[in-house]
Amino acid sequence: MSLAELFAERAGDYRAGMHHCTEDELPEVLAGLLAGASKVVLPPGVPAAWTTALPVPVLADGPAGTVGRTGTSSAAGAPVGDDGLGSGLVHLLTPAELDEAGLSVLTGCAVAIAETGTIVLDAGPGQGRRLLTLVPDHHVCVVRDEQIVADVPDMIPALADPTRPLTMISGPSATSDIELNRVEGVHGPRRLDIVCVHP
Amino acid sequence: MAVMPFAVAAERELADGQLRANLGRATRTIRDKRARVVAEVADWEPMRDRAAAVKDEVLDNLAELLARFEAAAVAAGAVVHHAQDAAHANAIVTGLVQGQRAESVVKIKSMATQEIGLNEALEAAGITPIETDLAELIVQLADDTPSHILVPAIHYNRSQIRELFARRMPGFTATSDEPAVLAGAAREYLRRTFLAAKVAVCGANFAIAETGSLVIVESEGNGRMCLTLPETLIAVVGVEKLLPRFADLGDFLRLLPRSSTGERMNPYTSIFTGVTPGDGPQRLHIVLLDNGRTQVAQDPVGRAALRCIRCSACLNVCPVYERAGGHAYGSVYPGPIGAILSPQLTGQDAGFNKTLPYASTLCGACYDVCPVKINIPEILVHLRQTGPKPVAERAAMSTLSWVMRDRRRWRAALRAARSGSAPLRLIARRHGGTLRRAPWPLSAWTAHRDAPLPAAESFRDWWRRTHEQS
Repeated sequence: MSLAELFAERAGDYRAGMHHCTEDELPEVLAGLLAGASKVVLPPGVPAAWTTALPVPVLADGPAGTVGRTGTSSAAGAPVGDDGLGSGLVHLLTPAELDEAGLSVLTGCAVAIAETGTIVLDAGPGQGRRLLTLVPDHHVCVVRDEQIVADVPDMIPALADPTRPLTMISGPSATSDIELNRVEGVHGPRRLDIVCVHP
Repeated sequence: MAVMPFAVAAERELADGQLRANLGRATRTIRDKRARVVAEVADWEPMRDRAAAVKDEVLDNLAELLARFEAAAVAAGAVVHHAQDAAHANAIVTGLVQGQRAESVVKIKSMATQEIGLNEALEAAGITPIETDLAELIVQLADDTPSHILVPAIHYNRSQIRELFARRMPGFTATSDEPAVLAGAAREYLRRTFLAAKVAVCGANFAIAETGSLVIVESEGNGRMCLTLPETLIAVVGVEKLLPRFADLGDFLRLLPRSSTGERMNPYTSIFTGVTPGDGPQRLHIVLLDNGRTQVAQDPVGRAALRCIRCSACLNVCPVYERAGGHAYGSVYPGPIGAILSPQLTGQDAGFNKTLPYASTLCGACYDVCPVKINIPEILVHLRQTGPKPVAERAAMSTLSWVMRDRRRWRAALRAARSGSAPLRLIARRHGGTLRRAPWPLSAWTAHRDAPLPAAESFRDWWRRTHEQS
């Protein structure tokens, strides 16, 4: 079994929605998955091609570095520049804005782990600040075959900088605290869709 | 610290049929899941050896690694505090919360903050701690204490939880007791709390000396909420949580989820280093907690308990825990690991800690599953040897040692036991050949177990009779 097949099987075990396509088919697949959203949250650095077919408005987040320059998150809500996607001015989205009903968030990932079906986000381009993939109720993540490593120890050398904020995600959030019954979606996104892009 | 003798507390808990049914089902389920995912890993045993060696390396170089961790964390924007004991740690955290003028804090489930009684300390200072892990929230709303490291509300069923929410959770209106409905209600209630929170308090599963990073392993996403939304984050981290290198996480993140929940990987693991401008809390305080740990690290046998990564695999396989439950141990850390940690951290003489090393059959199942290979039975025996002993055991053992020191005395004693027990054998036959009640000091044994009777004939006598006659 290839790493890509193992990853798809293992991530599917957590009841994440698994989808497969080629680079050319990606915009259409994403448009289909996001059609039900009220708006789509986009971190800075999402490739423009991913959003060409989106049928719903986007909510672009400003680059995190912008806030670093102003020093505090109180800059949230203030226009900080254009996102380069032609959607006009963007700003740093507040938790309250992200809590709006019906939002989906679209990201890439830094690495994916086949053995455990895990996606790893490192707040890099196309992934953004940690709260973007936490507060909205639906997360769509794009994984390319060449980003998949075999097991957890292989993740470490594959990270550009391990001191960036890292989030390892294995399926939708879940709890088994009541009579050990698994319930999906406690605080994080209740739905996770993973789009595997094959060559 | 255990507040009553284990045997007394266990007797009370054993009478609760609901508890025994819940516990039996839960421990069996997790046990089976764990066994399945561990069997998938070809190098599980060598990985346990490596993990144990890394943890021992930490204990051998604790001061140096702490200094390295502190330097790296400070360079990344964190403020590092050192707390000698529980009172010291509570004072630091309370002061930090007051400094932010916060009236409440949101909390991620943390054994370290339970160990120091942080919630009680915060409440005494007029600050409301809000537990955000679903099970911890249930336990907190019930004014109860957790009974399992991993599933703290293992002793509640769904209808008890629904009734509790209806009574104590503001805005709760659901009439169903479906787990999904109850979890949904907790999501609504806590979402408002997260969005308004100014300060969060967490522990850490691992602290990386090389990079100054903290690692938090969770399932529900309440951890990510606490680590991302509030402006100030306070982490209370036991000094034994250190790992020397970032690369050490490779093994530990494979061992922990499989041992703990029986999953290949838990839903969310957060790894963060100091403060990241614009992303997450802009003020990070790390309180490094000693609270007896460097003392335990001096004990050549007992120190292995500090390897513990709080997975709770030892609870789920323990025949004593499975029946008596977590409350019987009367200490923050229950089960086999609690029986060796609590007496070492808070003192064998404190409360009834001295009864905890006896809360075991020494069957060794805990050692077999421990991902960092803590030889729990060995430490239990060590604590029995070094700690205060029950009077009856002391009397029985000193007599026995006098008898066994001399071959003739030993043989005579065996013969006396055989002839003395001959009339008992008639009664005992009804109980499958065991003795139900013996006089003091042996009554200490038979109060909770049946005692076997001496054989009617010894091996030596049998040999002489069958082989040496002719």
